[in-house]
Amino acid sequence: MRNGVFAKLCCLVFAAFMLAPIVVVVGVSFTPTGFLEFPPSGISLRWFRAILDAPEFIEGGWISLKLGVISATLAAVIAVPAALAIGRGRFRGREALLALFMSPLMVPTVVLGIAFLRFLTVVGLSGTFTGLALCHAVIILPFVLRLVLASISGLDRATERAAESLGAGGWTVFRRVTLPAIVPGILGGWVLAFITSFDELTVSVFIVNPSTTTLPVRLYSHIAQTTDPLVASVSTVTILFTVVLMIVVDRFYGLDRLLIGEGKK
Amino acid sequence: MSETRRNWLLSAPGLVLFGVLLFVPLVMTFILSLNSFDFYGGIKPDIGPGNYFAVLGDGYYYTIFGRTFAIALVTTVICVLIGVPVAWFMLKMTPFWRSIMVLVVIGPLLISVVVRTLGWAIILGNKGIVNDALIHLGLIERPIKMMFTSGGIVVALVHVMVPFMVLAVWAALQRADPAAERAAESLGAGTVTIFRRVVVPQALPGILSGSLIVFSMSASAFATPAIIGGRRAKVIATTVYDEFMGTLNWPLGAAIAMLLLVSVVVVMLAWNRLVERRVEKVIG
Repeated sequence: MRNGVFAKLCCLVFAAFMLAPIVVVVGVSFTPTGFLEFPPSGISLRWFRAILDAPEFIEGGWISLKLGVISATLAAVIAVPAALAIGRGRFRGREALLALFMSPLMVPTVVLGIAFLRFLTVVGLSGTFTGLALCHAVIILPFVLRLVLASISGLDRATERAAESLGAGGWTVFRRVTLPAIVPGILGGWVLAFITSFDELTVSVFIVNPSTTTLPVRLYSHIAQTTDPLVASVSTVTILFTVVLMIVVDRFYGLDRLLIGEGKK
Repeated sequence: MSETRRNWLLSAPGLVLFGVLLFVPLVMTFILSLNSFDFYGGIKPDIGPGNYFAVLGDGYYYTIFGRTFAIALVTTVICVLIGVPVAWFMLKMTPFWRSIMVLVVIGPLLISVVVRTLGWAIILGNKGIVNDALIHLGLIERPIKMMFTSGGIVVALVHVMVPFMVLAVWAALQRADPAAERAAESLGAGTVTIFRRVVVPQALPGILSGSLIVFSMSASAFATPAIIGGRRAKVIATTVYDEFMGTLNWPLGAAIAMLLLVSVVVVMLAWNRLVERRVEKVIG
């Protein structure tokens, strides 16, 4: 059954709605004037050059980049063994373990934010990059875990048994057979975790200090005071960065699989 | 090494991280919510339900809780109304157009909420695109106020949340048997009847799980209400933020946050009960 004209129209309106804020931000960032106007009265890179004179955004960008890489890697290193246990094992407490590792998605982010703030203040890590990275690792771990679990559940165990019967030890089987098979899941999870960390605001806004302020927090505090074309041009740069990442992920993993867990096979 | 021991050992790093950085902080926050506070001495280590009484006895907070849950509810309903048809249309598209639509749904999800909300602030502002266009067309004389209102928050929140609904419904419809639709069609059912009597029941598991995600995320959203709502349309999350970063009354902020956590958990459990009963009804 095909879609009728009405359905196509609905999809068009929906697509316009979904893309509207993104198109507007990108459009506004090219304005030659000093205020927000859409559509822009001309095309100018003035506000992109202005980024170069705004060290706080450049520094925020580096911090977010570093934070995303470190916390996503930490989350992956912790999530992969846990996923092997949960995905393979039949043991008591397995369900509880899975629920625990997925729980950061259930707790309201603002609650996590103040809980981290309270904890880090008490242990003396408040505002530090270490504290920030550890907290980000906790909130992005569910994303890695879910994708690694999905790739483990689709795994054929026969190859592993064959390797074992040929005399390979546990570590060799993991390194030579299991790991290569779940690498797409790990990479997909890593990228999703990285993006989540890179974009994270609600937790970070509580636990950064002026020297560890991430890009989303910088953008937020700037927007909360004033909206000038500078925030639009900085946003456009991050949109471009995300689009490039999305294209890479789509080539190697499939975007639909990244968020639905199935799809392209 | 026994199988079970190996499994626990593999999970050990995660357990340690979550024990120290999730369980302990949440318990500390609960204790913090029982402490008292004064503006000269700061946080005092005594234990008592004073903050909860302060919140529950003040109409100001009822307004904020009421506004937050009203926004979450309206957002959820709109997401269902948009998400179900869109997911159904997507299922019937050619692979090419479907992959375009997947990009349209998922793409924004990967772009920072701050950036997307900035876009809505530009669109909805008093000198924003919508108001400009309406004034140019002569439909209105004075700009309609959309920034700093609950309505504005809903529009931007729907944009943030609707992908989750589309994905949930889409996953449910993919598991459904397409033969049912064809059977209904061959028996003479029109599109509207097919949608109402075949598609919606098949999509129901997705609608229910999607609604739960959308509702709980909307109720605890921070970035969107903070930028669109500002100080004038405060929700629970922005109130907690103001208590922590503005007035520095951490115990009171912690109590408000705990009440948010409890209400979200209660809604989730009640919703799950409802879903289970519904499934039982269908199966039994």
